[in-house]
Amino acid sequence: MARPPVASSVPEERPVIDVSGLTVRFSGITPIDDVSLVFPVGTCGLIGPNGAGKTTFFNVLSGFVKPAAGTISAFGEDLLKMADFRRARWGLRRTFQTEMAIEQLSVYDNVAMIHEHSGAKRSTRRADVQAALEFVGLTMPPKTKVGTLNARERRLVEVARAVVGRPRLVLLDEPAAGLPDEETDHLSQVIRKIPDAFGALTILVDHDMSLVSSCCSTTAVLDFGKLIALGPTAEVLRDEQVLRAYLGTEEV
Amino acid sequence: MSTAPAATSDAGTRARFGVEPGVAVRAVVIAGLLLFVLIPVPSLVGSDWLTTFASTSIYAIVALGFGILYGRVGMISLGQVALLSVGVWIGARLAYGTGMPYPLLLLATGALTCVIGTLVGLPSLRLSGLYLALITLMFAGATTIVLSVTDFPNGGGGFKGRSATGALTTETPPVRRPSIAEGDVAFYRYIVVVAALMFLLALLHVATKPGRAWASIRESEPAALAAGVNITFYKMWAFALASFMTGVAGCLFASQVGVPRAITFRTQDSLTLAATALIGGIFSIWGAIVAAVFNQVLPFLFQAQWGINTNFLLIIFGVGLLQVLLTAPGGLAQQFPRDMANLGRLVWRGLRSLRPSRKSDP
Repeated sequence: MARPPVASSVPEERPVIDVSGLTVRFSGITPIDDVSLVFPVGTCGLIGPNGAGKTTFFNVLSGFVKPAAGTISAFGEDLLKMADFRRARWGLRRTFQTEMAIEQLSVYDNVAMIHEHSGAKRSTRRADVQAALEFVGLTMPPKTKVGTLNARERRLVEVARAVVGRPRLVLLDEPAAGLPDEETDHLSQVIRKIPDAFGALTILVDHDMSLVSSCCSTTAVLDFGKLIALGPTAEVLRDEQVLRAYLGTEEV
Repeated sequence: MSTAPAATSDAGTRARFGVEPGVAVRAVVIAGLLLFVLIPVPSLVGSDWLTTFASTSIYAIVALGFGILYGRVGMISLGQVALLSVGVWIGARLAYGTGMPYPLLLLATGALTCVIGTLVGLPSLRLSGLYLALITLMFAGATTIVLSVTDFPNGGGGFKGRSATGALTTETPPVRRPSIAEGDVAFYRYIVVVAALMFLLALLHVATKPGRAWASIRESEPAALAAGVNITFYKMWAFALASFMTGVAGCLFASQVGVPRAITFRTQDSLTLAATALIGGIFSIWGAIVAAVFNQVLPFLFQAQWGINTNFLLIIFGVGLLQVLLTAPGGLAQQFPRDMANLGRLVWRGLRSLRPSRKSDP
């Protein structure tokens, strides 16, 4: 498939995620249709109207969905060959659209749990968890039960879970969903710092365009499973085809 | 666990992660209660009460196993009393058939029951909720049938223990007890100590890596998978741990009653255990103790003390379960301390409001 229109202006950096010819089919529908894209280092956006295939794309990266065709190379490794539960050890982290911080456990245990399965050294656990909590700006005692926290704090616990234990690829699925604007600001500052602080590539899915444009240098746009734009965020958001895809859904 | 925001400013990493005063107080209270149950209690009560307390301790282990499976991992097993009867059977056979020291006998029974319990738990990898509940209930039913068909434990020595006279006879010597705890009082203490060790084992699991992995599975399997948790392994581990503990409890039970009978373990007992475990509190491992008290002490009170048909208990458990499910999902283990704390606060506030008026009095 030919490169999408704005692809020419993708910053020429070392490709970190190289997806080619990715196709996912569920009986009768094709949520991802022959998508090829390259994400460089940094924070990259992935946007598109509802049902565009964004979460399915994340599910392929996490290993929940087996693609019908295509390859994904991440940091030079074939991601699709890895068993799903081994990808966390490799450095894959993800948050979900719905909140997945564990209410029963304390803030510390929530983050430590990820560290334990990340393959990071046990001796560094306490310091690493502490560092992750400080990174996202959570100041409550680490023994506080997550069940007692508010929505913003829970989201931050999820981000702390996503950055602990040497992450390489951080997938954030609508991290700002349900948060008021002033709280999104802090979240976007945190997200922007992830690549420099941890050397991880971050892919951000969100409907909040101000969050995407403030965090992401590169943005890809999916519509009905097809990649319709990829490039610097500002250019992509001005692209006519992208506007049409979004306005199209608003009319419905 | 909720502590007041006392540690505000420069509370360093150590202070933030160190032992909280609340935990130390709790440890002292638990140790005190344990000592009380161990030392003065046997001399305070009669032998029938002591037997009841011994079986309460044993059922607390069984309820603890159920609590780990359902409260921690979210897998419902309605065959835990049946698994206890498997433990009783294995324990009795090993006791007759071998001369191994008692602690080793406990471990061996635990290990063998662990194998069976883990096999029963295998469907949990594919099924959950109602389906898993049904499968485990079928296991309970099947166990009951096998035990009654084989005239469990059918007297005689050795592993097979089949005697020509058929059913259990009075010639059968009782299942042996540890040489250091032959008497009723000594064996009661032995049971309490073993039960305490099982609770410690459970606490160690819950507070560390497996406990956190279980909690993540319970919250969401996809999220646990994305976090790198080997779900198969940790689910099986939970079944293995619960079955091991239940097996140990079974061996204790065999020695406690001396001559175990199949009639003691009815299929419906597994259901009653689940109900009382929910009433006791499924999210706290202390709920298991409350559950065991409901399961063992109440029937004893009803039947032996008050002469009331124990079937009335089913109604009480039903009402209790309804109340818990509607108003206090954390069960009594969570509700009771909260009520007590509220009461204490109320009393404290009452006292404080009295003080100034008393001072102003000439």
